[in-house]
Amino acid sequence: MNILLQIPTILMIVAPILITAIGGMFTERSGVVNIALEGLMGLGACAAACCHYLMEAAGYGRYSLVLALLLGAFVGWAFSLIHAVASIDLKADQTISGTGINLLADGLTIFVAQILFHADRTKEYKIGMLPDKIGMYPTVYIAVAVVIIAWFVMFKTPFGMHLRACGEHPAAADSVGINVRLMRYSGVMISGALAGLSGGCIVLTQTIQYTSGTIGGRGFIALAAVSFGRWTPLGVTGAAILFGGMQAMGVIATNITSLRGIPSEYFNILPYFVTLVALILTSGKDYAPQANGIPYEKGAS
Amino acid sequence: MKTEEKRSFIDWMLDNEVMISLLVVLLGFLCGTILVLAVGKNPANMFSSIFDSMVGIPKRDGTWNFRYIGETLAYSMPYILCGLSMGLPCRVGLFNIGAEGQYIMGMTAAQSLALFISPFPGQWFFCLLVAFIAGALWGGIVGLLKAKYNVSEVVATIMLNYIALYASRLICFHQPGATTYNTDPLPATALLSKFLIKTSNLNIGIFFVLLSVLLYWFVVNKTKLGYSMRATGYNKNAAKCCGISTVRSIAASMALAGAFAGLAGAIVLQGGAFPKGRIITGMDNYGFMGIAVSLVGNNTAIGNLLAGLLFGVLKQSQSLMQSRNIPKEITFIIQGLIVVFISLRSGLELVKLYRNKKKLQKEVLHK
Repeated sequence: MNILLQIPTILMIVAPILITAIGGMFTERSGVVNIALEGLMGLGACAAACCHYLMEAAGYGRYSLVLALLLGAFVGWAFSLIHAVASIDLKADQTISGTGINLLADGLTIFVAQILFHADRTKEYKIGMLPDKIGMYPTVYIAVAVVIIAWFVMFKTPFGMHLRACGEHPAAADSVGINVRLMRYSGVMISGALAGLSGGCIVLTQTIQYTSGTIGGRGFIALAAVSFGRWTPLGVTGAAILFGGMQAMGVIATNITSLRGIPSEYFNILPYFVTLVALILTSGKDYAPQANGIPYEKGAS
Repeated sequence: MKTEEKRSFIDWMLDNEVMISLLVVLLGFLCGTILVLAVGKNPANMFSSIFDSMVGIPKRDGTWNFRYIGETLAYSMPYILCGLSMGLPCRVGLFNIGAEGQYIMGMTAAQSLALFISPFPGQWFFCLLVAFIAGALWGGIVGLLKAKYNVSEVVATIMLNYIALYASRLICFHQPGATTYNTDPLPATALLSKFLIKTSNLNIGIFFVLLSVLLYWFVVNKTKLGYSMRATGYNKNAAKCCGISTVRSIAASMALAGAFAGLAGAIVLQGGAFPKGRIITGMDNYGFMGIAVSLVGNNTAIGNLLAGLLFGVLKQSQSLMQSRNIPKEITFIIQGLIVVFISLRSGLELVKLYRNKKKLQKEVLHK
């Protein structure tokens, strides 16, 4: 089996991880850790799946894909506001509010499915996203666009510079008139919208319905990709391709004779293992934004 | 005068951790009730399910059916243990999201001992013991990484959760009778015997849970180790200056935390709820819920116990709710909301600051 033929599949699996990781990079660069990415992806995926099923049933299936993705992004954005308020305005422990959203997402998505479809999953739609002539799914192009825009915004615009300043030294940023609160809100909201969008991408390309296992830890893989990629667009892209590629190998290894004997668990375990080792190896050096995860209190030192 | 009294009551509320926990839980239930109403279901069914899970229901012949109480207690056991697993590192200032992974490793170790070794009397105890040790090792890794290399324990534990999940599958695939979903049933000698309410899954594991709660209380409040843990949590550098080995207290807290979670995994496995040995396909979520349990219980032993019981009640009421036309996921929503509200709790500090400022302003003006 030619590995080149599998590239579209691999990229399809990489794309959502990459999109979420870029969002995670924005929020951590602004100084807020968002471990709710997993839950936000779930909420976005559920919204997209419900929207697409209902629109398809109403006969607008062809037009609803874009709408479903936008709705997913919107839902992700809306729920990320909870995290933003808690961690930025109320100076809450960012891990706790992130965990809260993850737990909430688990319940809320299936609750919605129970109300709408009377089952613990959304109803299957018939046609999701289809690949184009060269076999690429549209989500791949979305991911590429997100990376390029993210790089441009982060390093070529005043907004990006201000955002990074808030993650490195919010007091200094504040002293030159940068609105730290606004910047950090932007960071969290960007991560929420992108996580929701990528949730939609997963549900529309890799499956035909939303279940409680649809996201299955991809949000945490994206989180790992952010720190493994050292908080730069290029690094995060590389990490996402590496981790997503490993996930994809787990899926396509069954088709490759020489790899068939290896249980897919080995491929599944690798992203987490590599990240853990990388964390230990780079422990002495600090690549992370200096003020990442620390609430900023105006006036305090 | 009257406003003065009222103000002091609010101050008391703001300072009292127990009251705030109760308030947070009530708020969670309130929002859950509103949600149930909003989707056109009857919240009375939700509350009756919760109530029945706490007290049982009358049987047709007039006697009382205690089965639900037994199930509630059985479900509470892993919650309490995972709450302890979260609470102990909290005392040192660490955030253990890894209870899930430690739980899985404990379960896997117990299952390996039960299936690989031919049955012998008292096997259940040794299964619990290896689970305790396996959890301790899995948690201890994080403790060492944190203490020696300053690796973020949040990221490390998340990674270890998934490593544990897939490692457990790889191990269990080699166990006797392994298929895609389960293995051979556990031998009877490895099961925890039921007691008191024989119709339910309530088993002698509950004594180990109570022992763990006692151990937690003892270690945190009565030992030198507990003192150094708390000192490390309050101010790591100050503790270091006083000659406290922060490395040791961090590693020990994570190891003991892991041991509690590992024990939870073994108790769930050996509790008799599963007809066969398990090959898990996803997380059981007890570990993640343990975070909520510990936060509601303010990291105290007794608080953890009560919060664990509350979560056990919610878990048991799920099946009743589903039969009474309420989506059972409402309990997850309530639990998630409780955690979100707890994170908002830090906002109360801002309220306190604001009130103190106002008070000071008033005093200055009166002078």
